Amino acid sequence: MLADLALRLSQPLISIGRFALLLGKASGSLRYFSTYRSNLFTQMVQIGIESLPIVALAAAFSGAVTTVQTAYLLVSPLIPDSIIGAVVVPSLILELGAVVTAFILAGRVGARIAAELGTMRVTEQIDALEAMGLNSVGYLIVPRVLAGIIMFPVLYIAAVMVGVVGGMAAGELAGAVPIGEFVEGAREHYLPFGPYFGLIKSLVFGFLITSISCYMGYFTKGGAEGVGRSTTSAAVTSCVYILVADLVLAVLLL
Amino acid sequence: MIQIEHLYKSFGAASVLKDVTLNIHEGETLAIIGRSGSGKSVLMKHIIGLLEPDAGRIFVDGININEIPYKELRRVRRHFGVLFQGGALFDSLNSFENVAFPLRVFTDKSRAEIRAEAEHCLEVVQLTEVGSKHTSELSGGMRKRVALARAIALRPRYIIYDEPTSGLDPETSNTINDLIHRLAHQLDITSIVVTHDMHSVLSIADRVAFLHASRLHWVGTVDALHSSTDAVLRSFVKASEYSIGHQASS
Repeated sequence: MLADLALRLSQPLISIGRFALLLGKASGSLRYFSTYRSNLFTQMVQIGIESLPIVALAAAFSGAVTTVQTAYLLVSPLIPDSIIGAVVVPSLILELGAVVTAFILAGRVGARIAAELGTMRVTEQIDALEAMGLNSVGYLIVPRVLAGIIMFPVLYIAAVMVGVVGGMAAGELAGAVPIGEFVEGAREHYLPFGPYFGLIKSLVFGFLITSISCYMGYFTKGGAEGVGRSTTSAAVTSCVYILVADLVLAVLLL
Repeated sequence: MIQIEHLYKSFGAASVLKDVTLNIHEGETLAIIGRSGSGKSVLMKHIIGLLEPDAGRIFVDGININEIPYKELRRVRRHFGVLFQGGALFDSLNSFENVAFPLRVFTDKSRAEIRAEAEHCLEVVQLTEVGSKHTSELSGGMRKRVALARAIALRPRYIIYDEPTSGLDPETSNTINDLIHRLAHQLDITSIVVTHDMHSVLSIADRVAFLHASRLHWVGTVDALHSSTDAVLRSFVKASEYSIGHQASS
């Protein structure tokens, strides 16, 4: 009974230890570029290019909704309309661009990675790679995490750009703020560190989502049920760590 | 030669292997038999270092694979071909690409040479027409034969077969048994066959190792298996619906 309780309590520590060991093994495999070169480009396409439509859609709506809501909250003859651009654009750069992208990709990319690796684990494909003499961590995990780190900032930039366009369009169409005033407000209150902060965040989120999902998938146990469990855990755990990292980065860097 | 010395393995409270000592000789076909859950597959995974023992040592050609760095272990593993129970074909690749995969990764051969070599491997397992088929389009027997073609692509010295005939009809099982027998002699390969299919054992094995109650209960030649009076072994063989007495009289 006591031993069982101790085992349950130590489980999170065991998971952190295994996660750290996996990352250590992955970083040790970084130098063998030829092992994962072809896979890296495939993953960059799957994680980055194929995610672009859904990220753009979500960013456009985020920009539009933020504009409409800001206009609703700040309607006053004492406040110029340009303030809407001054609120919406930094919001997209500092928070929404990175976080909305991350949440969407936690579902789309995280679940996909965990399901792929989980299926490979339960059908012994990972064992087959190892039995051949291939470094399965280098071949499967390194290209996915690297592709995440490379492509998430690219998706973040795209999200911010589409979000700003969405915001401008919504402001104009709803009659809340003309495009000229929206741009003027954004330029007047532009924070030079904002884009750097957003890029750092997207890079961290990219690492968290891909590495957590790889961990969940790589250590899948059981059959189809295990794959389902890993897939759900990958998406949920990634979202939790995105929220935590978002707060930690804001406290540390702003 | 593979030497397993005093191997112990447990998963949590469940002890799977206890004090297993076994030598696998060059060029022989050894069948590892036992009931489901007797630790056959666990023993197989120890031989290629996919699992680490709690205690004991495993030597492959004199190298203790539990004490060498991971990089060295991967080099030792390249002497092995493994046919996993479900085939373990990479489902992102078609049949031909699966066979060509180890050649592409581990050799400096040109595309044309890899193509020729992979086609030859598919010919050896009598499957030349399935190259472009996706693995999901293959029958169980075809999957195993493609996996076998992949396993022999790098000309291994050892092949491990994990339940090679499970889930197959008798005719396809016979085809697989013939292939195992033929490969062992044609390519001079040491074969380790993990199975509970006694028909397969009697068709292809030179020696038999019987796992029972987590221990290596009995080791001997197929002839010795016929004449064994060991009650546990005879019970297992009879339960496999292939009595030794019936086999001997037929």
